[in-house]
Amino acid sequence: MNTWLLSILILSPLLGVLVLLFTPSQDEKSIKWIGILGTLFPLGTALVTLSAFNISGKGLQLAEKFQWVSYEVFQTNGDVTYPIFYEVGINGLSMVLILLTTVVSVLAAIASFSIKKDWKSYFILFFLLEMGMIGVFAAQNLFLFFIFFEITLIPMFFLIGRWGYLEREKAAYSFLIYNGVGSAILLIAFVAMFMKTGTMNFEQLANTFSLPQSELNEMNITKNFKMGMLIALLVAFAVKLPVAPLHSWMVRVHVQAPPPIVMLHSGILLKIGAYGLIVFGAGLFPDQFKSLAFIIGLFGVINLLYGAFLALTQRDLKRVLAYSSVSHMGIVLIGLAGLNEEGMTGAVFQVVSHGLISALLFFLVGVLYERAGSSQLQDFGGVAKRMPIFAGVMLAGGLASLGLPGMSGFISEFMAFLGLFETMPVLAAVGTLGLILTAVYVLRAVLAITFGAEKELTNAHDLSSTERIPAFILLAAILFIGIYPAWLSDMLRPTLDSILLGLGG
Amino acid sequence: MDLDTLLSFRWSVMLPEFIILGVATLLSVIDLFMKKESSRKPLAWLAGAGILAALIAVFMQLDIEVTSILYDTYRLDSFSKAFKILLLLGTLLVIVLSSNYKKEDLEENRGEFYYLLLAALLGAMMMASSADLITLFVGLELLSLSSYVMAGLERRNKRSNESAFKYIVSGGIATAITLFGMSYIFGLTGETNLFKIAENMGNLELLKHSFLIVFAFIITFAGLTFKIAAAPLHMWAPDVYEGAPVPVTAFLSVVSKTAGFVILLRVIIICFIAAPGIDKEPILLQVQPYVMVLAAATMIIGNVTALRQRNIKRMFAYSSIAQAGYILVPFVSNSSLLFELIWFYLLAYLFMNIGAFTVIQLLSSQEGSADVGIFRGLFRRSPWLAVPMTFFILSLAGIPITAGFIGKFGIFMGALGLDPAHYWLAAVMMATTLVSYVYYFNIIAIMFFRDSDGTKVSIPGGMAAVLAFCTASVIILGIMPDLALDFFYGNFDVNEFFMQIETEVHTHDH
Repeated sequence: MNTWLLSILILSPLLGVLVLLFTPSQDEKSIKWIGILGTLFPLGTALVTLSAFNISGKGLQLAEKFQWVSYEVFQTNGDVTYPIFYEVGINGLSMVLILLTTVVSVLAAIASFSIKKDWKSYFILFFLLEMGMIGVFAAQNLFLFFIFFEITLIPMFFLIGRWGYLEREKAAYSFLIYNGVGSAILLIAFVAMFMKTGTMNFEQLANTFSLPQSELNEMNITKNFKMGMLIALLVAFAVKLPVAPLHSWMVRVHVQAPPPIVMLHSGILLKIGAYGLIVFGAGLFPDQFKSLAFIIGLFGVINLLYGAFLALTQRDLKRVLAYSSVSHMGIVLIGLAGLNEEGMTGAVFQVVSHGLISALLFFLVGVLYERAGSSQLQDFGGVAKRMPIFAGVMLAGGLASLGLPGMSGFISEFMAFLGLFETMPVLAAVGTLGLILTAVYVLRAVLAITFGAEKELTNAHDLSSTERIPAFILLAAILFIGIYPAWLSDMLRPTLDSILLGLGG
Repeated sequence: MDLDTLLSFRWSVMLPEFIILGVATLLSVIDLFMKKESSRKPLAWLAGAGILAALIAVFMQLDIEVTSILYDTYRLDSFSKAFKILLLLGTLLVIVLSSNYKKEDLEENRGEFYYLLLAALLGAMMMASSADLITLFVGLELLSLSSYVMAGLERRNKRSNESAFKYIVSGGIATAITLFGMSYIFGLTGETNLFKIAENMGNLELLKHSFLIVFAFIITFAGLTFKIAAAPLHMWAPDVYEGAPVPVTAFLSVVSKTAGFVILLRVIIICFIAAPGIDKEPILLQVQPYVMVLAAATMIIGNVTALRQRNIKRMFAYSSIAQAGYILVPFVSNSSLLFELIWFYLLAYLFMNIGAFTVIQLLSSQEGSADVGIFRGLFRRSPWLAVPMTFFILSLAGIPITAGFIGKFGIFMGALGLDPAHYWLAAVMMATTLVSYVYYFNIIAIMFFRDSDGTKVSIPGGMAAVLAFCTASVIILGIMPDLALDFFYGNFDVNEFFMQIETEVHTHDH
C-alpha cells in the first residue's frame, strides 16, 4: 500500500471527476454532495499518509520513482540518455502543505454550495485543481513540478472566467498571462538546469550545485549561471507569491473569482510561490540566496507596507483582503531574508497560518456577498446585531490576521521578525510599522461591518449549519496552531534543518 | 539502362509508393468511367484503404536496412520511414475529413480531389526518400502542382479561386528560387546526388569560393522554407488556407508542412554538413544567426498577427506559421536531438492540428461562416466538440499533459542543451508562446464563457472517430511520450541518414 500511497493521494481527486462524469448535469443536489465527498476522499488519503509519515524522520519519505521520458542524446562518445523520472515524495514541509490543501479543499467544496450554475463542470475543474495542488507539493523533480504547476493554471482560468463576477473574463486573462510569464521563466530555468546537470531531481540538483566551484567549472556551471538561475526562479515565484509590483493580477482574481475559489487561491495557490522560493531558491542555491538576502528582505518590507497602505484605503472588503494578502506575503519574504532558523520557521508558519486565515476570511466574504449582493464596506453596519455568530467569527479571523497572540498569525509574524532583527535590524524595524498598519486596516474593515449604525440587509440570517462547518474548523485550526505551535514546528524541523544546513546557518 | 539492370533493383523498397501510385491511377480510371451524377463518396474508402495498405507496407519495411536503388537516387532509410509514417497518417485523417466535407461546389470534383490528394502524398513520400536533387525536385513539384489544383477545387467559390491563384504564383516563385539555389549547388560540386555533393563540398578547392557556398545555402534554404511557411515566405499561407476547402487546408498545414521539413533536412543537412563557410568554419555553424533570426521572425510574425484574426482559418494559418517557427528552433540549434525533436513535434502537431480542423470543418459547415464567433457557447451546445477542441488548443499552446507540451519541452532541451545555449532564442519562443495564449484561449473563452442560443452540432461517425483518435493521441503522447520516443529509438537509427551507400554492382552498362 505504502509504495503507491503518494500517487494514490495525488490522483485521489480524480475519483470525484469519474463519478461526476456519470451524473446528470441538472441534478444540482447530488452534484454538490459528490463535490464534498470527492474532496473528503483526498483528505482521508492525506490523513492515511500522515499516519504513515514519520514526523521525526529525516529526508524524503514515501518516495516513488520510475523512468518516464527518455531522450537519447547522441554524442561522439556514444549514446547518452537524458532520462526524466516520475518522482514523488514528501518531507515535513510538503506534508503540512498537502494537509492544508486537502482541508481547505473540503471547506471550499462546502462553500461551493453558493455556486449558481454548471455545477458539474465546476466540480470537475475543482477536482483537477486540487490534483494539481497536491501534485505540486509532492513532486520531487522539476519536470513533474512544472506539470502540476501548469495543471493548477488551466482549471483556475476556467473557474474564474466562468463562475466569477462581472469582470471575470478580464480577471481570468490577467491571471493566465501573469502566471504564464512566471511559468515561462520557470520552464526556461528548469530546462537550462536539466541540460547542464543531466538531472531534474531536487536532491541531486542541490548536491550538484553544492559541489566546489572547480568541479562545477568542468560542467560549465559558472557562478554567473547559478546567479542567473536563482534570479529567474525568484522572479518566476515572485509573480506567484505575488511580490509588488507584480501583484495586480492577484487583486483582480481575488475580487472577481467566486469566493470558494478565492479560498483555494489565497489559501493554497499563493503558497506555491512561497514553497518554490524555499525549495528552489534557498534549497538549490543557498550561497547566491544569501547574497541576495537584503534585496529579498527589502522586497518583503515593501510588500508588507505597500499592501497594508493600500488595504487601508480600500472601500471593498474583497480588495481589503486582497491587499492584506499582498502584505502578509511580505512577511514570508522577511522571514526568508533572515537566513536563520527563526526566520525560516516564521516564513513557513506564515504560509500555513495565512492559508487558514485567508481561507476563513474569504469564506466569510462569500457568505456576506450571498446575503447582500455586495461587499462594499459602506453597505454594511451593525451586522453583529442580526448575525452574531458571523460577526464573532469575522472578528476572530480579523484578530488572527493582525497577529493577536494565541492565534496562528502571531507566531509566524513574531518568528519572522525575530529572524530578521538578528541579521538586519534596521530593515526589520522599518517593517514593524507594517504590523501597526495591519491592525488599523483590519479593525477598520471588521468594525465597519460588524458594529456601528445598523444598515438594512434584506437577507440577514446568521450562519447556517452548513456554513458553520468551514468557519468553525478553520477557526479551530488557527487557534490550535496559535496555542500549540510545537506540533507544526516538529513537522517542519527536519526539512528546515536541511535547508539551514545548506545556508550554513 | 537495360532490362537486367532495371530488374536487379530491389523494387520492394518502393512498395508503399507503388501502392499509392496504383490506387491513384485506379481512382482516376474509376472516376472517368463512373456516371456523372453518381456520388464519388465511396471512392474515399478506396483511397483510405490504399493509404492504410501503404502505411502497413512502411511498417513492414521497418526492419529493412538502409537500401538505395536507381543509382542511389532513391533511399529507404530510417529518416524516410519515420517521416513517411507521418505523411501517410496525416493524409489518412484528411481523407476522413474530406469524405464528410459537404459543399455543393466540391461535389462535382470530388473524384479528382481523391486522386490529386494521393498524387500529392506520392510527391511528399518521394521527397522523404530521395537522395538526389532531381528526384527531390520532382517530388516537390508533384506535391506542389497537386496542391495548387486542390486549393482551387471549389470552382464557383471566389475565395477558393483566389487561393489557388495566389498559391500557384507564389509557389512558382519559390520553386524558381529553390532551383536557382540548387543550380549553385550543382555548379559548385558538379553533382546532383546529395552524398556526392556533400563529398565535393569538403573539397579544399572550394574554399576559394566559400562565399558562393554561403550564397547557395541561403538561396536554397529560402526557397525551401516556402513549403513550411516560414517568414519571409509565409504570406501565401493565410490567403490560401482561408480560401481552400477545409480538408485541403488541413492537408497543407500538416502533410505539406511535414514534407517541407523533410526536404529541408535532406538537402540542407546532407549537402552542407561538411561544407566550409567563410574563414573555413563549418557553414552550418556560420549561418546559424541567419536561421535563428528567421525562426524568431517566424514565431513573432505568426503569433502576433494571429492576434488580430477574426477568421478562424486565417487564425490557424498564422498559428501554423508560428508552429513552423518553433520547429525551426531545433534546426538552428542543430543539436544531436534534431531528428527526434522535429519528428515528435510534427507527430504531435499532426494530431492537434487535424483535430482542430475537424472541429472547424464541422462548425463552419453548419454555421456557414468561418468567423471565430461560430465557437460561441459551444460547450453548452456540443460538449463533445468543445472538450476535444480544448485539448487541441491546449496542446497547440504547449500546456502540460498534452503532446504539444512534450514537443515544446524537447525543443527547449535542444536549444539550451548546447554550449553556448541559445537563451535568447528560447526566450523568444517562450515569449511568443505567451502571446499565442491570448488568441488560443480566446477560442476557449468563446466556447466556455459565452452563451449562445445556437443549435447542437451533429457529428458524423467518421468525424467522431477522427476526433476521438486525435484527442486520445494528444493526451496519451502528453502523458506517455515514451510510447512514441521508444518507437522512434527502437526502429530508427539516425546515423543511417548520413550513411552513403556504395554504388552497387549494377553498373555493367557503364
